[in-house]
Formats: sequence, structure tokens, C-alpha cells
Amino acid sequence: MLFEQVNISIAGEDALIVYFADSVSGLAFEKIQWATDRIRENMADTLVDLIPSYTSILVVFDIFVTDHHSVRKQLRSLLQHSENYTPIQAKVIELPVYYGLEAGPDLQRIADKSALTIEEVIKVHQAQEYMVFAIGFAPGFAYLGEVDKSIAMPRLSTPRLSVPKGAVAIADRQTAIYPSVSPGGWNIIGLCPIDMFDSSAEPCMPVKVGDKVKFTAISRNEYLALGGKLAQYEEGE
Amino acid sequence: MSTASTGLGFLVKQAGVHTLLQDLGRFGRYSLGLTNGGPLDKTAFYWANRLVDNTANSCALEISIGGLSLIAQMDMVIAITGAPMPVTINGVEQALWCSIQLYAGDEIRLGYSTAGLRSYLAVKGGFQTAKVFASRATVCREGLGGISGGPVKNNDVLPCLSSVTEHHVSLASQYRPTYSNEVTLRTIPGYQQKHFSAFSQRMFYSSEFCVSQHSDRMGYRLEGKAINADIDGIISEGICHGAVQIPSDGQPIVLLNDRQTIGGYPKIGSVISLDTGKLAQLSPGAKVHFEPISMEAAHNLIHLHAAKLKATQLAFIN
Repeated sequence: MLFEQVNISIAGEDALIVYFADSVSGLAFEKIQWATDRIRENMADTLVDLIPSYTSILVVFDIFVTDHHSVRKQLRSLLQHSENYTPIQAKVIELPVYYGLEAGPDLQRIADKSALTIEEVIKVHQAQEYMVFAIGFAPGFAYLGEVDKSIAMPRLSTPRLSVPKGAVAIADRQTAIYPSVSPGGWNIIGLCPIDMFDSSAEPCMPVKVGDKVKFTAISRNEYLALGGKLAQYEEGE
Repeated sequence: MSTASTGLGFLVKQAGVHTLLQDLGRFGRYSLGLTNGGPLDKTAFYWANRLVDNTANSCALEISIGGLSLIAQMDMVIAITGAPMPVTINGVEQALWCSIQLYAGDEIRLGYSTAGLRSYLAVKGGFQTAKVFASRATVCREGLGGISGGPVKNNDVLPCLSSVTEHHVSLASQYRPTYSNEVTLRTIPGYQQKHFSAFSQRMFYSSEFCVSQHSDRMGYRLEGKAINADIDGIISEGICHGAVQIPSDGQPIVLLNDRQTIGGYPKIGSVISLDTGKLAQLSPGAKVHFEPISMEAAHNLIHLHAAKLKATQLAFIN
């Protein structure tokens, strides 16, 4: 059975958390996507919301409709019938990025650390498709993984006070696009002109958990033509 | 998605320290990274709406610390509950926890809280601001809800409906919560408890913590003896309301309505919703204790509380 290692734990008065694995893996993540859809379909009347992440799903329920014993039982029974499990065909979303020192002030440091040229760092970042593992931290902030080990970088020791909207960045083996201006400690390598969160659009995000993202380099002019803006970087103290 | 405003309501003469429009919150959007928002003290919020005969999810003002002054642009029925703040209408002192008739041109002023931190002002019919993702709740960090995604500002007009009542009601004083400077937070253990030694857990439940000045709607930071986990972080996962995060400095953070949806610090347990409301009424320096409670006992308390709220009758005052 596929889901025998599933662990269900109490998270709060109206929440249980289901752990599918101890470490991040493509297989665990596919199971989480499958389970998230099953839970949504089958428990709509008792659910408040779900938060799928790398290795777990937080299940928030309405305690005036059900209780944690019943929810646990329902989850167990849903996950036991995993013979219908079929891996989901991920959608691939292509996102344009204006790479370069003007847009990516941390490119040089990554190049120095990895003993690659800036061009090679940019090439490695575009070389693969990234899984959307989780969305959180801020509306529209998608955690994408995993970047090649050669360009993995620890977070800045002092986060920037302000990271521009659209900044494409790396932290450890994760990469992401800042959906709006915010403070941040990730290493910035470029700028993406596509809105990652627009509350008035439908859908309001171009990606969802379980999709895949492929980055494609564009020129400065293409970036500006697509509505991108150039920003000043404000360093931390 | 948006609701037409009447164009009339309350004119904000003085916005106060931190005043937010809130309904019960935004739900079902965690997958976009959107948090709940909503009133920090749900009980006081409930009574404000109930006193003007509103539905539970009506939009009201959450007034932190005070300093708010509004001018009514039409006749309206309101009620103010929560942390006691001196309230006057055209200079005449008013009672809290009861319905009040305002007439066009009246000026209502709230002074500063004398105990507790947050009061709620409901208007009959609820504030008629635009809904974003099915809610009027303001979450400043996300720039969503309210008038323009942030706190109420001077010269804003808070749209609402005109109303008149001849039957004023109040909540009898024995049913009103009291606001103190020390609370015990009943906490459901279980959340990654295994990462805390028996010693750390005992220390957590027997120590006194102080509310830090870095406390807000996202979370309340506490200061006290360091509680140590055997790990620095976990793989990022969903966080629920009331979760008690322990970062590597050992100082607990109780996550509230505007918390981030996912995070990577270990959690020792989760404070029940009846007590997060009490926590959010505390100012920096106030004292906090934690007490373990089983999920079953927590459910009993929450159901009992809901039943009592429903069964409590309001008193007619004229």
C-alpha cells in the first residue's frame, strides 16, 4: 500500500496534520497532491481549509460539525483506498526572467561561490523544471524546487529591507518569485514581469501547488515590454 | 466580488491608534497563501454584533488602544464592547455593552483603553465595504480588505446603512468578560511535542512569560525562560490558529489571525481559541502562563461557550 507510512497528529482544536514522509521527495509530494484532491472531494462538508506543503497536509475542520476522532477516521479510510492512486500530470508553466547584474545583485556572489561564470549560473537555473511545492509566506509566494546543488546558496545573513516585486531568488535549494515588494533574505538573480498574485484576476495566481515551472531568459527590452520595472535595491543594515 | 457602498456612513475625524474593519475572516484561501484575518477577540466581536441584531459575520470595527473619533452621516444604531474605553457622544458619556441610537451629525469619541487593548464597534446592518475573496476582513500585510487594504484613515467614509430602533438592549454585567493583566492559556499538546524533552515541556507549563512589545495581529511574542527543542527547524508546513512556535532562541510565539499560512519552526502545542482572544487583549509586559488541556476537554469548553452565548438573553433597557 502506498500510504502506509502516513502519520496523523493533533495540530490544534480544529486541525490535524497528516505527514506523508520524513523528507522532501518527488514521490511523497505526488502522494500529497493526490491526497489533497481526495480530501477536498470527500470531506467538503466538514472542512474549513487545507494547507498542503512539502511533506504534510494541515487539515482544518469545523468543530461544530465534526470532531478530530471522526476526521482522523475519515482520513485513514480515504488514504487506505490508495489503490486508485494515479500520479497527477503536472502542468508546466513557463515564466520569463530578465537575468543579469542589473536585475540580480546576488549573481556575482553565487558565481564566486560555485566557481561558475554568471552565464553558467543563469544557464543552470533555466536547465530544469521546478515543482511548486508550497504556497505561503505571502499571497502568491510559491516555493519551487529543487535547484541544482551547484547554485544552492544560504539566505543572506542580513535580509534586505526591501526586495522588489518580481525578484527571482534562491535560498538553499529553493527558488521563488517575490509576488510583491517585501523584506527578504533570498539571493536575487533576476526579475520576472509576470504578476504572481493579482486579487482581481481569475485565477489570481499563474501557478498552483503541484504545477511545474520552467524559467526562460528574456532581454532587458523584452522585460520592459512585458510591463516589468527596474528597481533600486535597498540593502539591510 | 464587490458590494456597492451607499456612499454614506461614518466620517473618520480621527482614525485612532490602529482601527480595522473586520468580519469573521477569510476562509478557504490558504492554498493562495492568504491568511484569515478577523477579530482577535471573537467573544467581544460577537456581542457587539448581537447587540445591534446583526448576523455573526457582519463587518465591525476592531479598535486597538483607542483614540477614534467618528461623525455619523445619518441615523444609526451602534454598540461598543470589549476593552473598556471612555466613550462620549457629543461630549456626553456613554455606556458600553448596549445598543446606542446615533443621529445624523452626532460625533462619537473613544478615549484610550483602561484595561484590555481592543474594543469592537458594530453598526446595525454591518459596514458595507467591498468584499475581497468573500470577506471584508482587513489584513494589512496582504493589503486586503477594509477601505484600501489597511487601517482606517482620517477622512475615510466607512459605509453603512441607516437604522433606527425603539428597543434598546444591553448585556447584563455578569455576562461581560473582564480584562486583566495576567492570563492562563489552555494549550493542546501534541504538535511536534516529541521535539521537546520532558524537562522542556515541564518548564513551558510551569514558567511565567511576559508579552513582548513585538506582538501584533500576526502573533504574540513572549519572553521568559528559554524553552529548547531538539531541532532548529522543521520542513515548512501549514500552521493553525493558536499554534505555539518555538524558534531557536526558545521564546514562544503564539500565532494569531494574521499568521503566515506555512512556516518551519517547531511547535509545542496550540492555544485554544477561547484563550487566544484573552491573549490578544494583553499589552506588552502582561503575564502569561500555559496549561495543558486535552482535545476532548477543549471541545467541551468551546461547545459550552457557544451554547452559553446563544442562550444568554439581552436585557431591554427602555
